[in-house]
Amino acid sequence: MSLQAEAISKRYFRVTGQANYFEAVKPLSLTLTPGSVTVLMGRSGSGKTTLLHMLSGLLTPTSGRVLMDDTDLYGLKDASLSLLRNERIAVVPQGRSAVDTLTVMENVLLPRQLYGKMAPAGEAEKWLEALGIESLRDAPARELSGGELRRTAIARALVQQPQALLADEPTGDLDDENTRLTLSVLRDQAKRENRIVFIVTHEAEALAFADDAWKMEAGALLPIA
Amino acid sequence: MSAAGLPFKNLTRKPGRTWALVLLTAFLSLSLFAGSVVVMSLQSGLRSLEARLGADIIVVPAAAKTKTDFQNILLQGTTGAFYMDAGLLDQIAAAEGVEKAAPQTFLATLKADCCSSRLQVIGIDQQADFTVQPWIAQSSSRELGPLEVAVGSDISAGVGDTLRIYRQSCPVVARLSPTGTGLDTAVYCSMETMKTLLEAAEEMGVSHKVTSDNAEEVISAVYVKVAEGASVDQVATSLMSHPRWKVAVVQTRSMITDVSDGLAGVASAVKVLIGAVWALSFVILLVVFALLTNERKREFAVLRLIGASRRSLRRLILTETGLVCLLGGCLGIAVGAAVIFLFTALIESALGLPYLTPDGGKIALVAVLSLLGTALMGALASARTAWHLSRVDTGSILREGN
Repeated sequence: MSLQAEAISKRYFRVTGQANYFEAVKPLSLTLTPGSVTVLMGRSGSGKTTLLHMLSGLLTPTSGRVLMDDTDLYGLKDASLSLLRNERIAVVPQGRSAVDTLTVMENVLLPRQLYGKMAPAGEAEKWLEALGIESLRDAPARELSGGELRRTAIARALVQQPQALLADEPTGDLDDENTRLTLSVLRDQAKRENRIVFIVTHEAEALAFADDAWKMEAGALLPIA
Repeated sequence: MSAAGLPFKNLTRKPGRTWALVLLTAFLSLSLFAGSVVVMSLQSGLRSLEARLGADIIVVPAAAKTKTDFQNILLQGTTGAFYMDAGLLDQIAAAEGVEKAAPQTFLATLKADCCSSRLQVIGIDQQADFTVQPWIAQSSSRELGPLEVAVGSDISAGVGDTLRIYRQSCPVVARLSPTGTGLDTAVYCSMETMKTLLEAAEEMGVSHKVTSDNAEEVISAVYVKVAEGASVDQVATSLMSHPRWKVAVVQTRSMITDVSDGLAGVASAVKVLIGAVWALSFVILLVVFALLTNERKREFAVLRLIGASRRSLRRLILTETGLVCLLGGCLGIAVGAAVIFLFTALIESALGLPYLTPDGGKIALVAVLSLLGTALMGALASARTAWHLSRVDTGSILREGN
């Protein structure tokens, strides 16, 4: 099992100095394997999130393919790609990503319930506790702080029990203690559950939890020595 | 919570937004339901009027306001009385082109101690009558006996009650089915009873004599059925132009045409009103849903992120709209029904036209169609939103407003 980017790139229409497009991600290849934590760093606007969205089936690349095992994500019809995103790829996005009308627990269980599945008994509670938000289980999502929302999104991704977990700035709104706690939880997912874990972050501390580390500069992917 | 419960949760946890949409859709269904019932009631009233008139020509005394008074008695349920010599009946019956002629005699009661309330009493010749008698026969299998009366459907007295008319006790033996016309507010009796009542009225100073030295017997109108092959216009002209009779004639066809024209005008106004309400509401719904598109795009991006397909998002929006329309539609119909049925008399008198509420089955059908119409309108208005929200650029939206 692997999540593989084959020569993917992303261009947006924008008139620049020499061209009428802006290349957010230059052609690159990347293979993410189970059991390892891959960390991607880089400055704002360097193309990190664009790459994560392409890897997660949310953004069609301008060129290249993204393969989950042998399945070309962007060759799938919407219903199949949606199901794959629900069952095999979990994403923790930037910013607020909860349904405001639901409680924390309802948000966490939502991915499974979308397809009429039950979460294993105690699974949701386990992750709420592990991430330190068990007391908020019945709180409406609209009343949560940025950090609480981020941890809710991580709990939601973990309850999905995905093969690949892609997190965009998962520690963005967290204090140091919660940052370490969250990164530990993500690393455990790779090591104990043999999952693909891909973290986009500004936190240098994340490198300590990484098996592979990359950085993006102006849309190009470069290894961190 | 299940996936199917998500639309319900979204609605109940945004009560302000939900109630605004419910009230708007309630307004839609109310206008469609109430407007349709009013138009149907008018059409039903016209058909009933046609059925109840039954005659081609109605001959009344030639006094200046008689024709108007007669039409008001018939259409609006006002009370009134006018008289002519009963001897005219035989002469009219013998006139050329007349197949049948049946008399009616009117008496208006007083709002005084002598009478139960202000009523229009109509005496009919039970042997000759061919307009009211078939109607009475639907409710009573026997003829009206001395002082016995049959009451229209809008009279509050029922079978077994007794009406007091000029100090005479008149038992109610039949209650007639509604016609939607002024006939529903009248009381019917035999000519013999009418004679007794006229004498009782005379004793109380209510005169019914044609002139001071008039004959004892009077009638108010003669209902004429024209013989087959004869021209209604010609018969009407010949009756009206008789030098000694001094009568006016009402051609029921023209009266129905007048009512029909009035009805068409009211029906058109109601339809235009419904159209305007719907057009306005549709535009408002479009605007509201367009605003919701913006408000909810992040929520839908999250749903896409966790694996909701475009189709399931469209279904979510349409289910929410369906629930809103169902609630709003039922509310509108309930309010419409309450207004229509509580204020029937007011609507009837305001319109001044025959007004007969359709039976329960037809009203239920209109209610269902109104509900479907409201749901269709909601679905059309939200379709664009559903399409836009199902195609949100998940990545871009999730990056906004970090």
